[in-house]
Amino acid sequence: MMAETMKLEIFRYRPEKESEPTFQTYEVPFLEDWVVLDAINHIKDEIDGTLSYRWSCRMGVCGSCGMMINGVPKLSCAAFLKDYYPDKILVEPLTGFPVERDLVIVMDDFMTKLTDMQPYIIRKEGEEKPLEEGEYLQSPAELARFKQYSMCINCMLCYAACPVYALDSTFIGPAAIALGQRYNMDSRDQGRDARQELIASHNGIWECTFVGECSAVCPEHVDPAAAIQRAKVSSTVDWFKDVLIPWGKKK
Amino acid sequence: MIRELTSIFVAGYCIFLLVLVYKLAQGADAYGNLMAALKSPSSVTLHLISLAFVLYHTITWFNLTPKILVLYRGEERIPQGLVAGTFYAGWVVVSVIVAWLVLGV
Repeated sequence: MMAETMKLEIFRYRPEKESEPTFQTYEVPFLEDWVVLDAINHIKDEIDGTLSYRWSCRMGVCGSCGMMINGVPKLSCAAFLKDYYPDKILVEPLTGFPVERDLVIVMDDFMTKLTDMQPYIIRKEGEEKPLEEGEYLQSPAELARFKQYSMCINCMLCYAACPVYALDSTFIGPAAIALGQRYNMDSRDQGRDARQELIASHNGIWECTFVGECSAVCPEHVDPAAAIQRAKVSSTVDWFKDVLIPWGKKK
Repeated sequence: MIRELTSIFVAGYCIFLLVLVYKLAQGADAYGNLMAALKSPSSVTLHLISLAFVLYHTITWFNLTPKILVLYRGEERIPQGLVAGTFYAGWVVVSVIVAWLVLGV
């Protein structure tokens, strides 16, 4: 009996060779337990070594292998061939980002936004504990308040799904705001004011129209859309406080 | 995408309400003519479609509220159903008041 096979139509772009992207179709073995990444690894190893893509852990932890699979942003290590069989699978780089080569996107924009968000614990001047006094303690209930938002693996699927980011890449975007919100909600952190300038800026939370696609595609169920809406509520409360009790402004 | 497309009807109905107020300001005749025009089958159909989409938006929006209003009583999170339920209860109360005002029951 002939082994079953499946076709993958893959986006190709080799800037030194072609000015416009093309598509190339490959036939790969169909195995029940194969994911799209296994098929692409098979192509790279056995059929066409020139194919470029990012991957690392193969288990939905590293966030490297995000691709558009049949037009939907997915981790290719979590997209099973059997869910598409026997149809051809279309594999493209994440939308909304410039393409460096084949399925490899340029992620500089996201990295800059992530850095600007200061996603780490910030203490006010003079309130940082000396190392010998040990760590900042936190109760399980305090952890539970932000834990969901800390599960982000920076896979950028939410950016590829976001129609606002697709139209205007100056939008800070779901993952960076969700991570900012994660630290804002951390009982050990005192850096909300430092992040607020970016979060509540013109390119921040108010650009979001709550389409919710970021949360729909998030492989870690971070729910960045909810994080952004909660940041909107906090910023609105800030505004009312400023207007109603201007003498109560923080120094 | 459904939310975005159907919101056109919601926005359209807001404009219609503004037109209604404008006609009311113009006097009894202008308002009466508009009310007569609203009785046409196409107008009734459009209103029914708008009502369905407004209900869709109301329900989906209320269902999302617990995600945004994450409230705690001490260390315990207030159940999501209770947060959304409060909005539904408010909706019923306001609807009853409006019905009482309009129908004069």
